[in-house]
Amino acid sequence: MDALIAPVRDLLGPAWLPVWTLVKIVALVVPLIIGVAYLTFWERKVIGWMQVRIGPNRVGPWGLLQPFADTAKLMFKEIVVPTGANRYLFFIAPMLAIGPAVAAWAVVPLTDTLVIADINAGLLYIIAMTSMGVYGIILAGWASNSKYAFLGALRSAAQIVSYELAMGFALVAVLMCANSLNLREIVAGQEGGAAHWYVWPLLPMFVVYIVSGIAETNRHPFDLAEGESEIVAGFHVEYSGVAFAVFFLAEYMSMILIAVLASVLFLGGWLSPFPQLNDLAIGGFAPLGDGLLWLGVKMAFVLLIFLWVRATFPRYRYDQVMRLGWKVFIPLTLVWIGFIGTMMQTRFAPMFH
Amino acid sequence: MKTELNAILPEIAVLVSACVILIADLFVPQAKRHVSFWLTQFALLATIWIVVATAQVAPVRAFSGMVVDDMLSDVLKLFALVAVSLMLFYSRAYLMARGLFRGEMFVLTLFALLGMMVMMSAGSFLTVYLGLELMSLSLYALVAMQRDSSAPSEAAMKYFVLGALASGMLLYGVSMIYGATGSVDLDRVAEATLGGQGNRTLLAFGLVFVVSGIAFKLGVVPYHMWVPDVYHGAPTAVTLLIGTAPKLAAFAFTLRVLAGALKGLEFDWQGMLVVLALLSMVLGNLVAIAQSNIKRMLAYSTIANMGFMLMGFLAADLNGYSAALFYTVAYVLTSLASFGVVLLLSREGFEADLIEDFRGLNRRSPWWAFIMLLVMFSLAGVPPTLGFYAKFAVLEAAVNQGFVWLAVVAVLTSVVGAFYYLRIVKLMYFDDPVDDSPIVARGDARALLSANGIALLVLGILPQYLMGLCTLAVTQSYF
Amino acid sequence: MLFSTAVFYVFAAILVFAALCVITVRNPVHAALWLVLSFFTAAAIWLLLGAEFLAITLVLVYVGAVMVLFLFVIMMLDVNFEDLRRDFRSYLPVGAAVGLLVLLEMVLVIVAGTAGAGSAGSLPAGSNTQALGRLLYVDYVYPFELAAVLLLVAIVAAIALTYRRRRGAKVQDPGAQVKVRREDRVRLLEMPAEKRDG
Repeated sequence: MDALIAPVRDLLGPAWLPVWTLVKIVALVVPLIIGVAYLTFWERKVIGWMQVRIGPNRVGPWGLLQPFADTAKLMFKEIVVPTGANRYLFFIAPMLAIGPAVAAWAVVPLTDTLVIADINAGLLYIIAMTSMGVYGIILAGWASNSKYAFLGALRSAAQIVSYELAMGFALVAVLMCANSLNLREIVAGQEGGAAHWYVWPLLPMFVVYIVSGIAETNRHPFDLAEGESEIVAGFHVEYSGVAFAVFFLAEYMSMILIAVLASVLFLGGWLSPFPQLNDLAIGGFAPLGDGLLWLGVKMAFVLLIFLWVRATFPRYRYDQVMRLGWKVFIPLTLVWIGFIGTMMQTRFAPMFH
Repeated sequence: MKTELNAILPEIAVLVSACVILIADLFVPQAKRHVSFWLTQFALLATIWIVVATAQVAPVRAFSGMVVDDMLSDVLKLFALVAVSLMLFYSRAYLMARGLFRGEMFVLTLFALLGMMVMMSAGSFLTVYLGLELMSLSLYALVAMQRDSSAPSEAAMKYFVLGALASGMLLYGVSMIYGATGSVDLDRVAEATLGGQGNRTLLAFGLVFVVSGIAFKLGVVPYHMWVPDVYHGAPTAVTLLIGTAPKLAAFAFTLRVLAGALKGLEFDWQGMLVVLALLSMVLGNLVAIAQSNIKRMLAYSTIANMGFMLMGFLAADLNGYSAALFYTVAYVLTSLASFGVVLLLSREGFEADLIEDFRGLNRRSPWWAFIMLLVMFSLAGVPPTLGFYAKFAVLEAAVNQGFVWLAVVAVLTSVVGAFYYLRIVKLMYFDDPVDDSPIVARGDARALLSANGIALLVLGILPQYLMGLCTLAVTQSYF
Repeated sequence: MLFSTAVFYVFAAILVFAALCVITVRNPVHAALWLVLSFFTAAAIWLLLGAEFLAITLVLVYVGAVMVLFLFVIMMLDVNFEDLRRDFRSYLPVGAAVGLLVLLEMVLVIVAGTAGAGSAGSLPAGSNTQALGRLLYVDYVYPFELAAVLLLVAIVAAIALTYRRRRGAKVQDPGAQVKVRREDRVRLLEMPAEKRDG
């Protein structure tokens, strides 16, 4: 690998670093977008099966080309700007929605070495980035000059800000266990098989994190911001074509982000649940050892939970959503943080590290 | 760590009890609100015990110099705790009649007290500021607590906006002092200013802003605009709180910052204080004559009194500081009694805050007329009340330092001031009552208010014990 | 010129421009958004200085939470800025005088010579999250806790001043609603099948 890169590096000189970073970004974002495309397909399939239907199966073999057909359709649709809409903000809004969702990926480690930026305060950076996603929604609602869109935006803003607290507290519990904000070190702290994953000592936090994640991404059953039955489609009711597709992309990218974070923070990231599998190497390469495979499996599991929940639960009423966030999750997380803080002072401390 | 925690034990006690009462109050039905009241009183009593039990002559610095636990802080905290406790007793019936007898009232009062206590034992600009904000924020909210009339909201708004401005000025000044000396620790700043380090221009600018901030909190001219409106607009119970304990905290603030940290700039701030004291005494006493509302009158009287107190400060020696402390304590005790009587006379739907309401009080109740007489004599500085001795001590300190002309002005303005204090005495004893309704009050409030009034006389006759305490506090303090 | 210096100037220019826009644009929502941009750029500049914890916290707290609520309120309120601006000219002389005074003071202070404090010193080695944590929880623990109490007071005061339980208002209790079991609402009846006559 180094032998291949070295001549190019010499050629580019000082411009090497930006170019190389750009290459890494592209190498991450392209699979991500394809992942989003197939997540939508998978979602329709899974929900179809759960409802004893078949799901999309017309385009391509087993319907596998369906996402591309959808994309093509959306690309050729006209973008209608509503009368009285604020043009600039109307178009900036989808970009503000997708920007943070992609930017957060910069610090996510896919394996021990595969990460764009290995920064110390990685976890904090991710919380900061995801907290900015709400601007896209608020601005979309406001700039559309439509009362349904505006209602959706207000709901969404309040909901995301509320659940961010519970989510943040759940992450505080993780960093208490890991003694670090660096995602790579957090995974390294869970080394030694499935029994050492943080999901066990932090089981309530894991549940809170997943549920808050669903609420943060405005997914069912917390999709009050869309709420088809009451406010048509909420914040993106006035969007069509590519502008709508960008919102869609942002939502699914945030979902995948939540899934990868849940895997990294609670489920041991790329670590294999059975460290013995690392020894089953064929020519120095262990196919079932620590690596991308396991991260993928764990992400798929978390994403399945998202879809499963969507197919199972009816939508919450708004006051119920707020109650769950403020009166159940936040006290629960605070109590649990206090509990592990206390336990860490006792001889049970190793169980929490 | 243990000694560090010992140094802030009173603060911890107040904070913990405030939190406990905050939660316990949720489970108390409105009819049994007195449970919260007694819990608060118990907390205050327990804190008084802690302050007394942990008092020691040698000063202790804790939390890397953020906290100073010395005699000065102990004495001031003791008086502040007593003042708050009396305030709650006096205003109990008043609060009940106006729907203000609520848990938040007690909790916010405790938080305000906590802020004062933090200020009293502050060892750094950081703690001074945080204590100040803690106190002010609670007081803003307390002023606005009565939501069904517009006067309190207006008063709270004025208090808040001007208070925020003053905090801003204070912070600006502190930032300049930090820029010049490289520290916010009062001790280090004192070292730097005494050692002549740091940029003098920068320090002088910082000093101007800090003195402005202090002047605002004391409510002296030209930073007095908020005082009459807030005293008048706030519910009398809250006026009582604002007019008493915070003055003690402001005293500590002034002493630790000016006489402590900025000792090296003594000459500069003396000049500023002369102007502040002079203007306050003249304006306060003159404008008070024109008031028909007793709360407003007492507000202007506060302005004048704080100006008088500053005279002790600008003597800038231990005598002067002890005299100023004595004056502050005397003023707080007198204020407690004066507002206590106003609270006593008020009832549901009737505020008793007009000077006319005191007409013929002697016929209605000779005893309360006598107490009010003592209060007014003390405020006017008539011997042998406490106020006389306080004024005397301050004047003596100022004259000893060569401020003879200022002392002459102070005496003259006091004579002017005596006019409006004695006018109330005249109304009480020589006029006919316009309102014959009987005076009803709870037994505990009656007993305490009587004791408070009598104390003004007794301490005036035997001032040496209180004076001794004040001298001890100032000489054994760490500033 | 170093690459990082160039980046600094770019960010600084954006920051100054955004800050100017905050006070000049007519639409309050736009002003709030420019403020978001200036916070974000300020965070980027801090990041250049190596203060990663502070930079990210600035984004997290101000951009991610405070400004969202700000926008929330501004969008809901119908602020008419033209009304607010009408008296602008009459206040201009006073405002300009105060501004000039502050400027003059700054110039005096800066011209008068170097301030005593000197430079901010170098960054501590290692993660500055840990360094800050140590400072906050060891050296400055007392003021830090006091600041927390201050926030508590703010919460208590805000609730005490705004919360009114209206009499006769109908409210739902989602807690009670969630606790409802099937048995509370549904009764299963045994009904023997009836034979059709005839």
